[in-house]
Amino acid sequence: MKKLKVDPKGVLTGAHYLDGDFAIAEGALAAGCRFFAGYPITPSTETAERFAERIPFVGGIFIQMEDEIASVTALIGASWAGKKAMTVTSGPGFSLMMENIGLAAMMETPIVIANVQRGGPSTGLPTLVGQQDMMQVRWGSHGDYKIIALSPDSPQECFDLTIQAFNLSETYRVPTFIMTDECVGHMHEKVVIPPADKIEVVERKWYEGPKEKYLPYKPDKDMIPFMVKAGDGYRFHTTGLTHDERGYPVINAECQDWVVRHLNDKITKNAEKIIKYEEEQTDNAEVVVVSYGITSRVAYRAVQLARKAGIKVGTLRLITVWPFPEKRIKELAKKVKAFVVPEINYGQMVLEVERAAAGKAPAILVPHCGGWVHNPEDILKAIKEAAK
Amino acid sequence: MSKDVKAQEAKNPMEDFLRMDRIPHIWCSGCGIGVVVTSFVDALRKSEIDLNKVAIVSGIGCTGRVAGYVKLDSFHSTHGRAIPFATGLKLGNPEMQVVVFSGDGDIAGIGGNHFVHAARRNMDILVICVNNFNYAMTGGQVAATSPINANLSTAPYGNFEYPFSLPYLADACGATYVARWTCLHIRRVTMSIQEAFQKKGFRFIEVIAPCVTLYARRNRLGDGLNLLKYYHDNSEIRHGADTRTLDIGYQGKMIVGKFVDREKPPFLECMNTHMKKALGDKYVPYGE
Ligand SMILES: Cc1ncc(C[n+]2csc(CCOP(=O)(O)OP(=O)(O)O)c2C)c(N)n1
Ligand code: SF4
Repeated sequence: MKKLKVDPKGVLTGAHYLDGDFAIAEGALAAGCRFFAGYPITPSTETAERFAERIPFVGGIFIQMEDEIASVTALIGASWAGKKAMTVTSGPGFSLMMENIGLAAMMETPIVIANVQRGGPSTGLPTLVGQQDMMQVRWGSHGDYKIIALSPDSPQECFDLTIQAFNLSETYRVPTFIMTDECVGHMHEKVVIPPADKIEVVERKWYEGPKEKYLPYKPDKDMIPFMVKAGDGYRFHTTGLTHDERGYPVINAECQDWVVRHLNDKITKNAEKIIKYEEEQTDNAEVVVVSYGITSRVAYRAVQLARKAGIKVGTLRLITVWPFPEKRIKELAKKVKAFVVPEINYGQMVLEVERAAAGKAPAILVPHCGGWVHNPEDILKAIKEAAK
Repeated sequence: MSKDVKAQEAKNPMEDFLRMDRIPHIWCSGCGIGVVVTSFVDALRKSEIDLNKVAIVSGIGCTGRVAGYVKLDSFHSTHGRAIPFATGLKLGNPEMQVVVFSGDGDIAGIGGNHFVHAARRNMDILVICVNNFNYAMTGGQVAATSPINANLSTAPYGNFEYPFSLPYLADACGATYVARWTCLHIRRVTMSIQEAFQKKGFRFIEVIAPCVTLYARRNRLGDGLNLLKYYHDNSEIRHGADTRTLDIGYQGKMIVGKFVDREKPPFLECMNTHMKKALGDKYVPYGE
């Protein structure tokens, strides 16, 4: 991908004391996001507020839409106009977005959505933490498609991963998600924002060939089709219907096969390039704790206690949650006695660990139904159990 | 060369505006949608507008297929969401003329809330709504525009819900331009679209059009020609009519014309003016 010169107007270089929600807004501005459409919902609203406050001095659009359906759909329109576009929401709003997340996937439109997760189902726990939308982000819209999702564990990572999310979304022409949670969203920590010239931002893969030859859905060598902007004279078509390379609807099983495989394969086949995780002391670990977001910070306490008690525990913190690092889990499964998977839900990513481990090692869930983080003792207990 | 061959070789004047590689279209013969498309294309030609700077956004439905046939930057979005899609597109590239072309179910039923809010914000888009009094694509179900007593597949004993009067709704929400025609008024539809191209803000044109296959058949109203005759006999042009008086009863009278034509700064202009006032030189204007 071509590197893009970062517009310094959006970059608040320096050391700041920010919460995760604010850091997401700053990350977006630094990445060159100039279009934000959203609808207020706790605990994500601060991102929208921050963007609304900052954008007049940068040059761009903040618009509060009538609902989350409108918000996400407006992003798709703005993205086709060439803008980097984002929204932010939480559980109920995320559910409303689902149909048009599918449209973005089908139209292969880069957009970024942050979900500051709270406890569900339904209105659930508006002000309290959850990690219960981890499967929804993967499967929430109907049909077969793949997305990219990242999970920050600190305000600093909210900033860094928001930039990453834009880069991935632009690179793979896919909706990309920042799956954070109320704790990280509302946690204040030091966030260092580098100078504009130290920030890496990629350019969308613009088409540059002859106008009449442009095909919006013809995969390039790296599988990703070139994009153009509305208004640049290509007079192209795009649709949510099953379509051919021209973007024209073709309603048959053959074309469906071509589209669906492409939407999935472009992520699966690039998974190794996309996936990021952080690993510690897994070399001769008996037990590996797999976690993400705020839970990885709580789990760390349990890991320290377990190590003190003489247990060989490693950690694997998911930074990319989707695509899931199944290859790495598969390798580890051959060596460890068990995985321990704490998450603030009743068992979601643990299913992926289990699937990847394929019976070579059990995955022990430490569930928490939301509202607060785990007690490290509960995780410790599971580690001890796993080490037996 | 014989006259016949020449005529055959002559280019259809619509060719530059349509995706000829997608013709034949899916619409039934006698359907009114194509007529409105013809007027639209005619308006594009007569306005001498730069076609590279016009985008068309449709939702889902028989009318929703229009975006697929018109050779512009064209977006076939989801059911009801053409307006927010167009909002993003317009704000993303303010120099474009963005047109929403969709059905009444799409725009006023499932998408009603977006319609209301885009009009309230005075979003700078032109909305052309083909009103065929039913949800055609899915087989003729009752719509938010179905007249009382009309028979629909999900109102098999007749509709008893009050329908929307779309021009009244658009007016009440603050649209800058509101007109209604039937697809008998081809030239007037064209003129309305041309006129609306010249204006800014949320512009709304409703075109009443026959759905011969479903609405007309189910209600035994005859073919396309019968319906045009009904439009002819029962429509009355009344420019500037009070939009509260525009209800349409089953096979009743239809008031058509241009009802609203007002000046009002659209969304972006409001934003830039306001922010300049509030923030002075520090404000970075957008899209000017
Ligand atoms: C979310 C959603 N619900 C339902 C449908 C099914 N559907 C497709 S078109 C349509 C109605 C179309 O009616 P209208 O907008 O009036 O257009 P027409 O076909 O009459 O031109 C419906 C309900 C859909 N595509 N998406
Ligand atoms: S079903 Fe009705 S609206 Fe749809 S194409 Fe046929 S006549 Fe037109």
